[in-house]
Amino acid sequence: MKTIKIQLLVNNNEYEVSVSPNETLLDILRERLGLTGTKRGCEIGECGACTVVMNGEAVNSCLILAPQADGSKIMTVEGLMRNGEYHPLQQSFLNHDAVHCGFCTPGMLMSAYVLLQQKQNPTETGIKQAIAGNLCRCTGYQQIVEAIGDVGKKGETD
Amino acid sequence: MTKKGIFGQILNRFNKMKHIIKVNVNDTDYEVAVKPGAALLELIREELNLIGTKRGCGLGDCGACTVLLDGKPVNSCIILALEVNGKKVQTIEGLATGETLHPIQQAFIEKGAIQCGFCSPGMILRTKSLLDEKPNATTEEIKHDLSGNLCRCTGYTKILEAIETAKAYLNGEKPKDIEFQPQKSVMNLSVVGKRLPKLDAPDKATGRAIYTDDIRLPNMIYGKLLLSPVPHAQIRSIDTTEAEKVPGVKVILTGADVPDVKWGTSPARYDETVLAKDKVRFVGDVVAAIAAIDEETCYKAMKLIKVDYKELPAVFDPEEAMKDGAPRLFDNKYENNINTRVDHHFGDIEKGFAEADHIREARFVGNRTYQNPLEPHCAIAEWDRHNKVTLYTSTQVVHYVHHQLSRILDLPLGNIRVIMTNCGGGFGVKAATNTLEILSVFLAKRTGCPVKMRFTREEMYLYGRGRHKQYIDLKIGVKNDGTITAVKQKAVLEGGAYSSFGIVSTYYAGSMLATLYKFPNYKFDGYRVNTNLPPCGAFRGHGCPHPRFAFESLLSMIADDIGMDHIDIRKKNAMEPEYHTCNDLDIHSCEFQACLDLVRKKSGWNKKKGKLPSGRGIGIGCGGFVSGAGYPIYRSKFPHSNAIIKVEEDGSKAVLFVGDADIGQGSDTILAQSAAEAMGISFDRISVISADSDITPLGFGAYSSRVTLMGGNASKMAGEEVKKKVLSAAAQVLNISEENLDAKDNKVFVKDNPEKNISWQEAAAAYFSTGGPLVGKGHYSPPEGLGGTYKGAAVGTSPAYSFSATVCEVKVDMATGKVRVLNFWDAHDCGTAINPMAVEGQAEGAVLMGMSEVLFEDEVFDHRGKILNADLHNYLIASSADMPLIDSSIVDGYEPQGPFGAKEVGEGATLPVFGAIANAIEDAIGVRIYDLPITPEKILKAIKSKSK
Repeated sequence: MKTIKIQLLVNNNEYEVSVSPNETLLDILRERLGLTGTKRGCEIGECGACTVVMNGEAVNSCLILAPQADGSKIMTVEGLMRNGEYHPLQQSFLNHDAVHCGFCTPGMLMSAYVLLQQKQNPTETGIKQAIAGNLCRCTGYQQIVEAIGDVGKKGETD
Repeated sequence: MTKKGIFGQILNRFNKMKHIIKVNVNDTDYEVAVKPGAALLELIREELNLIGTKRGCGLGDCGACTVLLDGKPVNSCIILALEVNGKKVQTIEGLATGETLHPIQQAFIEKGAIQCGFCSPGMILRTKSLLDEKPNATTEEIKHDLSGNLCRCTGYTKILEAIETAKAYLNGEKPKDIEFQPQKSVMNLSVVGKRLPKLDAPDKATGRAIYTDDIRLPNMIYGKLLLSPVPHAQIRSIDTTEAEKVPGVKVILTGADVPDVKWGTSPARYDETVLAKDKVRFVGDVVAAIAAIDEETCYKAMKLIKVDYKELPAVFDPEEAMKDGAPRLFDNKYENNINTRVDHHFGDIEKGFAEADHIREARFVGNRTYQNPLEPHCAIAEWDRHNKVTLYTSTQVVHYVHHQLSRILDLPLGNIRVIMTNCGGGFGVKAATNTLEILSVFLAKRTGCPVKMRFTREEMYLYGRGRHKQYIDLKIGVKNDGTITAVKQKAVLEGGAYSSFGIVSTYYAGSMLATLYKFPNYKFDGYRVNTNLPPCGAFRGHGCPHPRFAFESLLSMIADDIGMDHIDIRKKNAMEPEYHTCNDLDIHSCEFQACLDLVRKKSGWNKKKGKLPSGRGIGIGCGGFVSGAGYPIYRSKFPHSNAIIKVEEDGSKAVLFVGDADIGQGSDTILAQSAAEAMGISFDRISVISADSDITPLGFGAYSSRVTLMGGNASKMAGEEVKKKVLSAAAQVLNISEENLDAKDNKVFVKDNPEKNISWQEAAAAYFSTGGPLVGKGHYSPPEGLGGTYKGAAVGTSPAYSFSATVCEVKVDMATGKVRVLNFWDAHDCGTAINPMAVEGQAEGAVLMGMSEVLFEDEVFDHRGKILNADLHNYLIASSADMPLIDSSIVDGYEPQGPFGAKEVGEGATLPVFGAIANAIEDAIGVRIYDLPITPEKILKAIKSKSK
């Protein structure tokens, strides 16, 4: 299969990588760029553990072919912290004990991040809809919804 | 290509477009995008993550990165990745077939050819290409072919033995057995005294061993240091504005961003700052630290940092620096730049010289040499969210790093975890905390990312901490029968800009002269002087090799003066067991006479000395060292070495946890042997976890030749506790009192009826079933009250001292001055050799390293204090082409303070070499050379001056 080069801006860092047409963005993030915060849960876009922000939208990176991502701006969970400090969403997740096994957490944070970018102070229903594609088997979602809602109320969207 | 997406514009800034190449590596096809300037080494390590191929120098000098390109060996660091398009590459990972090792790998493991292991992948591949082409290569062909692959540990001797063995395996023959006579002290032991391959050798032979630079943490970024280009200057200002704008730069730290705390090695002289605060004191002083997405970005940013230096007068020569009015490195301390002053007088020097029938004095000058471990320093720091930092580092002493970071960060020890990875050689330069270890921690804290920092080969030299160059005035008085009556030594040590280990080095320069020969009257004046050069520190033999070179030279000169044989005068004065030296050091076991007798016999001394033709010469030199320092640098009452053994619940295996560090000398293996022997189990039932401050108990690490004696005693004690518990459980099972039982070779048996026994494993499992975890603890502190009460009396104290003698034969080309060292016959008293193969490896490596220092090595600086030979092609270290035949022997001995009678070998074996070569060259050319290194230029000059 022909190898092609793609360019990515991931967490504000420029990368140029060679990829096979059948590799996914998830593969590239984890295996090539060493950004293992993004998790591999189902590989068919059902669990949301691999959610990243691509050009402002939350996407399942396991469903994006790497060549499709050429020229894109990507944010992963590693890009959420600034200068070693938690993002308000991360702090709120901790405050609400919204992190149990932690495997869904990075994807959940990415979906929440996009939600708050697009909608200030979302309703509980809005939050539930936004994270409906992110499955969590531990928390029952209640603490997660509260955690996101808290940040929305405070208006700390970035 | 048209860029799609909203950020195409940004991405198009990429100025170096990657190219896709096809390459077959270890029989797998890859298509990868590579930068035009990237080396094959980067492709292999960074893109394909085949970390068995090592980066040693980046300039094609050391051979650590050797891979086979279409079957031919190449230095992958100087081949462009683009050049391998369509070609076939074999790395160390492609050599074994599944779990079946290649015969060359097998031979390297069996014969002890692997120490730190950093050169091993390249060395093994080079050997493969040679033996593929010439299955019956001669020794000379092998030495020539391997000469581009440097090894700093083994002295190449065991590598050559391994290659002979590999040849036999490959040709379907039975390899020759090594002739070996076990020592008397190990006759009744099962594990101690055995020539066992090192525990880590298989991983190192296959490229699996992980060194710090092989670790890649998620989201990891890279750090570099901006170093001062001037030798002495005030910093007026630093402007990082432009540098911070470079895309990919995460943070730039300068002196203003870090605490004011001073750090260093010796608590009495902490004089280094984390980053230069207002002044730089040598070319290489650390001015700023940069973290960025990759090293290339760091370098780009580094060029844009504007530092306004106000240059100050600098001084580079210690004797100049001591004069009144010389430029001062520190305004408020070290008057006349004298960083350390030692004034010792033992006995009565006036009386001693008055009693002498013959007195001779001379001036000797040493050389500034650098340890040059094959592996460059590397550190990775990572903070968690509980204010705890984890540091992975290539260090000899986890404890020092742990302690120093705690001071600098003002954090409890428990908030800092220091993990030693495999260490690709140290020889002293990795004994102290280094700038990478400190600054990676600061950069990681500020960025929230793991930060990797590594030195280039040039940066290693600029960081320094190599051997102090010493200027020695030595005077010895003897009776007509050769008895030494008095010794007077003045040593001026060129210290470089900061203290590092230098206080200790200065004291060692004096104290250790008194452990080898008995003399009652001794005066030592020591001066360590600051200069605007990289700081000097501890290098194998710490402070002692130059004084020992001077002493062994002068002793032979005196022997000639009074018409005495060089070995006879040494035997006349040789140290004896249970002797209290004039400077209050207590010698216990001592087989120095046996060492002298053995090398006399083996070398054919009596037939050769004074009887060889012009241009051929033979010489003797002697040495010895401490088996660990009697007192720690950081004063505490904690035991120096500690060990914990944990046995699996089913009794099948034991794990030994020790804080001491295996830097290639094989300490993990030696400590495992000691623990296994003490427990009564075989060597295949023990593994070791060492040097991780969270997991292993405190250990003072690998310096001053301390691990075998101190770590060995702690491990033995832990083993004995386990054994006691196992015997108690077996007593219940066998219904026999514990006192009547013993354990050995995986069995617990009745002492007077060994036929009645149960397996060790069964007894251990029985213990666990009723008593819970089967654990043993051990610790070791040196005996209390070692040494005298005078200032500095602590340096030189030790529970035990080693002794060694070396005879060397040389051939000097009288027309060119080139020296060829033909043979060394070395005998070492290390008490019991826990692992004779490892002891020989230490001695052979020490001998060749010493030879390399005497003949080749010297750091050269320009008139502005900038080093001119910070690499491995202008600073030459001995290669296989230079190696002589080294015959290393271990004499029978037993040290009551040591585990199973053992004491040191690692440093003591270096010390005799300096004098032995100098004496042999004098014998060959009839003129003495007083300053190191003994180069062909100096020899020619000496020959000419003699013939005038």
